[in-house]
Amino acid sequence: MPGVISRLYRGDINIDFVGKRKVWYGLSVFLLAVSILGLVLNGLNLGVEFRGGSVFDFTRTPGSSIEQVRETVADTGVHQVIVQQAGPNWRVTTESLKGDEVTKVQQTVAQKYGITEDEVSSQVIGATWGGEVSQKAWIGLAVFMIAIMLYLSVAFEWRMALAAIVALVHDLVITAGVYAWSGFEVTPATMLGFLTILGYSLYDAVVVFDMIKEVTGKLGTSARMTYTQAANNALSHTLIRSLNTSLVAILPVAAILFIGTTLLGAGTLKDLSLALFVGMVVGTYSSLCVATPILVTLKEREPKWQALAQRVHAKEAAAAKAARTAKEPVSAGSQNVTAQATDKRKKR
Amino acid sequence: MGATVALQKAFVPKFGLDLAGGTTVTLSPVTANGKAPSQESLDRAVTIIRQRVNGTGISDAQVAKANDNIVIQIPGAGRDEALRLVSTTAELRMRQVLAVAAATNQPAEVPTAAPTPSSSAAATPAASAGESTPARESAPPSGNASPAGRVLSKALTAPSPEPTSTSTRATTHRRAGAGAARAKASPSATPSPSPPAASEDAGDPLAGQDTSGIEPALLDEFRKIDCTAKNRGQGAIDDPNKQIVACSDDGTARYILDKAAVQGTEISGAQAGTDPTTGEWIIQVDFKSKGASLFADITRRITSLPAPRNQLANVLDGVVIVAPTIEEAIPGGSARISGSFTQTTATELADQLKYGALPLKFQQSSVVSVSSTLGQDQLRGGLIAGALGLIIVVFYLLLYYRGLGLIGMASLAVATVFTYLTVDVLSHNAGFRLSLPHIIGLVVSIGITADSFIVYFERIRDEIKEGHRTLRSAVEVAWRRARRTILVADAVMFIAAVVLYFLAVGDVAGFAFAMGLTTLIDIVVVFLFTKPLMSLVARLRFFSKGHKLSGLDAERMGRTSPAEQTLQEA
Repeated sequence: MPGVISRLYRGDINIDFVGKRKVWYGLSVFLLAVSILGLVLNGLNLGVEFRGGSVFDFTRTPGSSIEQVRETVADTGVHQVIVQQAGPNWRVTTESLKGDEVTKVQQTVAQKYGITEDEVSSQVIGATWGGEVSQKAWIGLAVFMIAIMLYLSVAFEWRMALAAIVALVHDLVITAGVYAWSGFEVTPATMLGFLTILGYSLYDAVVVFDMIKEVTGKLGTSARMTYTQAANNALSHTLIRSLNTSLVAILPVAAILFIGTTLLGAGTLKDLSLALFVGMVVGTYSSLCVATPILVTLKEREPKWQALAQRVHAKEAAAAKAARTAKEPVSAGSQNVTAQATDKRKKR
Repeated sequence: MGATVALQKAFVPKFGLDLAGGTTVTLSPVTANGKAPSQESLDRAVTIIRQRVNGTGISDAQVAKANDNIVIQIPGAGRDEALRLVSTTAELRMRQVLAVAAATNQPAEVPTAAPTPSSSAAATPAASAGESTPARESAPPSGNASPAGRVLSKALTAPSPEPTSTSTRATTHRRAGAGAARAKASPSATPSPSPPAASEDAGDPLAGQDTSGIEPALLDEFRKIDCTAKNRGQGAIDDPNKQIVACSDDGTARYILDKAAVQGTEISGAQAGTDPTTGEWIIQVDFKSKGASLFADITRRITSLPAPRNQLANVLDGVVIVAPTIEEAIPGGSARISGSFTQTTATELADQLKYGALPLKFQQSSVVSVSSTLGQDQLRGGLIAGALGLIIVVFYLLLYYRGLGLIGMASLAVATVFTYLTVDVLSHNAGFRLSLPHIIGLVVSIGITADSFIVYFERIRDEIKEGHRTLRSAVEVAWRRARRTILVADAVMFIAAVVLYFLAVGDVAGFAFAMGLTTLIDIVVVFLFTKPLMSLVARLRFFSKGHKLSGLDAERMGRTSPAEQTLQEA
């Protein structure tokens, strides 16, 4: 069965993720620059939860229009009225109201649209609440990063920890950049999504690193492969798993996003799944094209792997020379693979 | 029928207010220097707010600490009253007792003992140890059943002579009182004021008492009030310039109280400690300068009056927390309350005197009220998303892994049931409330759970590609390698969940909880279900022979089938 899909299925696809790392670095730096530019120029569109304000939700009755709802609410003496359609509901955002003002809006709206007062949901958020939420989120982020650095340093090594954290920051910044440029509203639910991306981004990287550790552990002193090649092999090996994992992770999120957008319109479901969706797409890219290349860049500076690389290159050069003398136009790489295959067969 | 309903109830988890409808208020403490408040003061604030909310008769309200905030959850309607209640920080006020009686008007409770003497003993904190002991023993059941006897026999004595309390303010006034105080250090030495004249008319709680100077409306209110009721006026905001009717904290007595003589803001400090001579727990109270003179005035004025008018009630949050008898004028700006305190009760009272009702000032950070319709919409949305997510994932697993996908599907089903039961049990036994962030967390975690299978399946396929002769050995070798990956990856997820749970506020914590829970369940399921199942299944011909639909079809995976290979090797 030919074709990329069946090759993917068999897992014998060999994309040179690591060798082309300058390309990925370039792309990532570009994306990061664009994201930071967006954050500086546009900033994030912070939701009511961060700015402080009041939100009312109630069922959309037939015949009601945005203008009508706005007038109804404005008549109660409220100033900044924004009316949005949220699934089957109207969502009205205003400035931060006091208890009796909230009741007044609820009463007025209930009367106008023939529903009971209790059916008008309300949120009143103080101006400092968002600050507290984000402050806690930052602290959480910092503690999380330190905890993960420590854990990965113990479970693997500090280079892997560093590479994973760099990939993580990369994902967060780019996701934030997407939000800055698109103007999607940032709510506490979005922050939730951001924080979850941390877990996913690392989860994926950890599985890849585990495989790299296993593959490179076998390298030993033989001059068969450089660290770079071995890491690339490991990556190709787990590629199918990485893609499957990401797909399986993204599918439920896509389901939430779909339901959140179509059934509910606005709110926690949509905000969270949108952040997750964007973050996971970026995370899949970074675990393949950022985390591992960085790890390889770090590792190739180690004397041990430098020496190995030199030996491998020498061997390859010799093999190429031999191949040229034998007038067989075979590339060094494929010869290497053939040699391996023969080795295996001999062992049996 | 009843059993079916009960069973049904037991198998439906309890929902949070964002799904069931209700009001959630988040209170953030406001401290002068912006520092985090102490955990004890937060705990105390939670207790007081809980009392207030419960006092209004709202059932099933939850008051809990969430990091440095307090979250109040009130199901259903009734938000206005609840908001008013929780947003006021009541202050302590000292008021002279004008009249006192037992908690209710029901003399039927007292079978043998004469109602009035016993009830007044219970109600009159002035009754000193020597006299009140027999009286208390014969007290009516209602008196005995009172949760706290601590307010019953306390004496407010002169400034204590301990050297530790030599505050500069107090020293100048101390000389006069010191000798007398030492003589009166023990409460048993207190001259016992006689209880109000025994009343023959059990129907009128005011019979035999001096009602002069009391507003007539209050007399009626006093006769009607039932202090054994659950709602006995906790949380009431008392006007300091008016006389009031109030119940004792433990619901054993009712009072008519004069206008406030001293307010809590005039107390500079209150400390619990032990009396150096008797070793019993006492509370030392210090006043600011204005408070000191006000306190001196009121004590001088009422100390010579007949009981109960020589008592000074401390009113907090609408209830009398303590009403000691004033034995003498206390001019020193410093007073001592003694009685049958324990360390806990003494500390609690000292704190109440010091901080007023709430030990902290709060502001309402967020008030969210969700109508039951919106809640149902959200619940439905969450459930549909969950079901849809599961179906898509299962479909994908089947498509890609064929026969192995079935094992993945079964594992997901086990994990789902397991998660559901855990949530259900937690909600019925540990106060857990399933909310939207939880549901989202659970749905998102489907991916993590499924990934563990994928890691394992890919390993098995790797082993087969690398030429393991039998599926059974491939399954075992692959497990040893996959196990480590699964554990490391799950550990990362779990660390994320724990950090988020403990550091985040609001919805984030709920989401993190769900994530942590599913990570644990994932490990349990993979270790105790998926792996054993895989080992069992490896014996089936369908899988071991690499049937085209098994997902282990060697040919499709890019390797010659085991049979062919054996031939080749031969």
